[in-house]
Amino acid sequence: MNALIGGVVRVNFNLSEEQQMIMEMVREYADGVLKPKAREVDERGEMPWDNIRQMAEMDLMGIPIPESYGGAGLDFTTWAMVGEEVSRACTTTGAVFGADMLCLYPIYFFGTEEQKKKYLVPLAKGEVVGAFGLTEPNAGSDAGNVKTKAEDAGDHYILNGSKVFITNAGDAQVYVVIANMDVNKGARGLTAFIVEKGMPGFEIGKNEKKMAYNSLPNRELIFTDCKVPKENLLGKEKRGFRVAMETLGVGRIGMGIGAVGLAQAAFDEALAYSKVRVQFGKPISTFELVQAMLADMATEIEAARLLVLRAAFMKDQGVPYEKEAAMAKLFASEVAMRTTTKAVQIHGGYGYTKEYTVERLMREAKLFEIVEGTSEIQRLVIANHLLR
Amino acid sequence: MAVYILDDKCVGCSACLKVCPFGAVEIADKKARLLDNCTGCGACAESCKFDAIVVEDNRQAEVDLSLYKGVWVIAEHSGGRLRSVSLELLGEGRKLADKIGQDLCAVLLGGDLGDLAQELAYHGAEKVYIVQEPRLAHYQTGPYTDIISNLITTYKPNIVLIGATNQGRDLASRIAARIHTGLTADCTELDINEEGLLAQTRPAFGGNIMATILCPYHRPQMSTVRPKVFKQALRDTTRNCEMVPVDSCLNGKCMLCDLLEVIKEAGQGVNLEEAEIIVSGGRGLGKPENFSLIRDLAEALGGAVGASRATVDAGWISAIHQVGQTGKTVQPKIYIACGISGAIQHLAGMQSSDTIIAINKDPDAPIFKVAHYGIVGDLLELLPALVKQLKRTAV
Amino acid sequence: MNIIVCIKQVPDTTDVKINPETNTLIRDGVKSIVNPFDANALEAALQLKEAAGAKVTAVTMGPPQAMDILREAVAMGADDAVLVSDRAFAGADTLATAYTLAMAIRKIGDYDLIIGGKQAIDGDTAQVGPGIAEQLGIPQITYARRMEMDDDMLLVERMLEDGYEVMKTALPALVTVVKQINEPRYPSLRGLLAAKKKEIPVWNAMDIGADEKRIGLTGSPTKVVRIFTPQRNTRAVMLEGEPEKTVETLAEVITKLSV
Repeated sequence: MNALIGGVVRVNFNLSEEQQMIMEMVREYADGVLKPKAREVDERGEMPWDNIRQMAEMDLMGIPIPESYGGAGLDFTTWAMVGEEVSRACTTTGAVFGADMLCLYPIYFFGTEEQKKKYLVPLAKGEVVGAFGLTEPNAGSDAGNVKTKAEDAGDHYILNGSKVFITNAGDAQVYVVIANMDVNKGARGLTAFIVEKGMPGFEIGKNEKKMAYNSLPNRELIFTDCKVPKENLLGKEKRGFRVAMETLGVGRIGMGIGAVGLAQAAFDEALAYSKVRVQFGKPISTFELVQAMLADMATEIEAARLLVLRAAFMKDQGVPYEKEAAMAKLFASEVAMRTTTKAVQIHGGYGYTKEYTVERLMREAKLFEIVEGTSEIQRLVIANHLLR
Repeated sequence: MAVYILDDKCVGCSACLKVCPFGAVEIADKKARLLDNCTGCGACAESCKFDAIVVEDNRQAEVDLSLYKGVWVIAEHSGGRLRSVSLELLGEGRKLADKIGQDLCAVLLGGDLGDLAQELAYHGAEKVYIVQEPRLAHYQTGPYTDIISNLITTYKPNIVLIGATNQGRDLASRIAARIHTGLTADCTELDINEEGLLAQTRPAFGGNIMATILCPYHRPQMSTVRPKVFKQALRDTTRNCEMVPVDSCLNGKCMLCDLLEVIKEAGQGVNLEEAEIIVSGGRGLGKPENFSLIRDLAEALGGAVGASRATVDAGWISAIHQVGQTGKTVQPKIYIACGISGAIQHLAGMQSSDTIIAINKDPDAPIFKVAHYGIVGDLLELLPALVKQLKRTAV
Repeated sequence: MNIIVCIKQVPDTTDVKINPETNTLIRDGVKSIVNPFDANALEAALQLKEAAGAKVTAVTMGPPQAMDILREAVAMGADDAVLVSDRAFAGADTLATAYTLAMAIRKIGDYDLIIGGKQAIDGDTAQVGPGIAEQLGIPQITYARRMEMDDDMLLVERMLEDGYEVMKTALPALVTVVKQINEPRYPSLRGLLAAKKKEIPVWNAMDIGADEKRIGLTGSPTKVVRIFTPQRNTRAVMLEGEPEKTVETLAEVITKLSV
């Protein structure tokens, strides 16, 4: 989408021919399959495996992973654009799609050849889904405070502790888990492991009851003397902080684009409704106060999208993008919140009922301001960069 | 045959562009130009005020068309009874036959035909070609095509009408290809034009346009006609008719496929999204028991039952019937809204239906704003009467 | 097994609207799509391929832009595709179309099964499938709602108005399918990218050895003499009067509309 010339991003908003074809297909799939059953997916209370399997058949689960590892060999920009469409049509499926990459990406980036063959290939093909376990009851924004302990026990590692709110947990087969090999050293003790569902001592806890995302698995990971083979160390011992940060970078792009898709969905609903809802003898879209809301919503969504895609593009170019990703995630999630609030407002009383999708979107939007770095953390990250 | 644009006469007014049903005209340098998807239908020529579009047709008959006489109806029957479409074709065939002063004949194939030939005669056939043979008990493309094609080649009818049923469409297209003549599907109007040709009018483009089609140089002129388009011929037992039994001459070769079994299925629950007719009930029904009126009407029409959210929420009917924002979005040919006021979330699910019929006791109900036909009245009285009336007219 | 799937590019007629003022078709923004029933036909072929192994070739007759749907077919999983395109084919009715496709299929040669949709949504005739079968002199089974191989025979459930019949046929044969038979898949990314690079031949009238008297308008027995848009009511017609009379009128309206 853009070009990097002399280290500077030159803006070129044209999609490549490939991207155009892909987006046409994905849009058709999103509108034809995902969107019509989005409400049912939210109500069913379990992971939308049907959608994930279908997307796997369409090669959508490993877009930025090379073909040699079962992916489609495309880039993060394309991955993000696809993510927006999926999220727009079905927010739950979009969230699974985004969280899955938090497992694929660190294995791709830090994994050994053996680890990639064993874990990345089935993940990229979409045969299994992955999860990323960082957050703990007392280590949310303060990621360095991870207390899950990892010990070297000679021919294997022993993990003890627990993780919370882990997206895809339970349904996922492969977990990238951040544990601490030296609690006293904080972040400098962090170490990443690949843990498989079913490994002795690894249990999945209860599913959280949440404000929204009823069908998105968010469960506890519980490690009780969990034996993890030596070859499942991801990267190096005590270098897990970098794994976490790299992964969160991709996560910010994923969350950002998810928020854009969600906001777009709310905007589409509001725009359509404003044209058919008649008050004072006229469609409410003819009223300037409504028009102002629509104009603001559309503008903000566009800005958020551009921020996210630029961050993705910078990642594809291999240039530092942490600040840009933080800006994108921060802005997009707040835009999602504002847009959904306005969308409900435009729907009036009906918007407050379960009859219309916008009330769900509004509840869902809140998630984006919290997960994978709250808005506050994003601001800190940005400020740190500015004050360097 | 081809369509040409005479550049010296074309002024680029774009009148042709607007009427072209296929989007096959573009205006470049102030001249109209035909694109590759032009079908040569000539709609543009009619619209041109400057005689700049020429339709050239150099097709001609290769046989003596005057040898072909008579209007034929290929009869279809099931369970020992003629299908109503056959009687409708006899009704319309009669009019055509009278206009061109030729005979109306029927063709009847089957295993055990009973008095079906007589019934065809009572409905106006002046001649019935009868082919009775056990292997014809169930329709099969191969033998039916062989026999009827032979009959056509031998007796040379001018017009052949066939019901546009699954059987009729399967058969008609195979026959037309065999004897190399034109076939127009699903005609909704048939007439004889000033040249004595069969003018066949049918919907196209998903019913968005109508086309009138001729078969000028080939015989017979063949049409299929959907059931219920034309009125049935009246039954008159005093009519005389010539019965012509014909030997089937079936050989083993014509049985192209084996028919293993025929399974009848009673009307199952119709899928709302695919139903061509939906009858929906709303709170205006008064109480849950009255949904039986909706079911009766749906059954009489072979349609599906829909419901408003209010009735679903009240537990009158299960949620799979719900039409609207939270329910299904439907687009049937006919949507009959009974006692549904037309709240915005209901309209969202059905307003793109081809035809909307609303029955409601409140003349100001918003549903009438989107309806094509409306009746203000009492459902409990109107619905049973409507079911009765529909059953009376249907056979 | 070699399967040929006949597909057609059609305007998405559900998108077509009528301009109420001029009473003409509004074509702007109307997408060109694979005829939906043909997508079912392709899916049926791909499922047979997955079950028993087969080579699937998609063929279409149409203008050069019909290449798009062949690429889509390849993206979905067709192994090969052929575009049959010639200015001389323009204006073909169902008979001339069936002849042209039959000639193209002969040129492809060595086919066991030909599958098509029951009809195209722009013409709704359901005549081309049987027309091809007749030209090729092979059995046809229309309105298939289920299909599977039984040794070297094909078992088909053929839909009827009031049930279905089970047919068995030797190959080669031609089958047309209804929507109920399956849910067409979406193309995969890999398929899409491969389809972009795929060489798809274009055959003209000469390539398929067509008799020029049997193609295009010249080869079409039927002739369209008039095209018009039906008048539509924009305001509700209120049926008034005695209930008996209203009901009678309404029954007539419904009967007329339900054809």
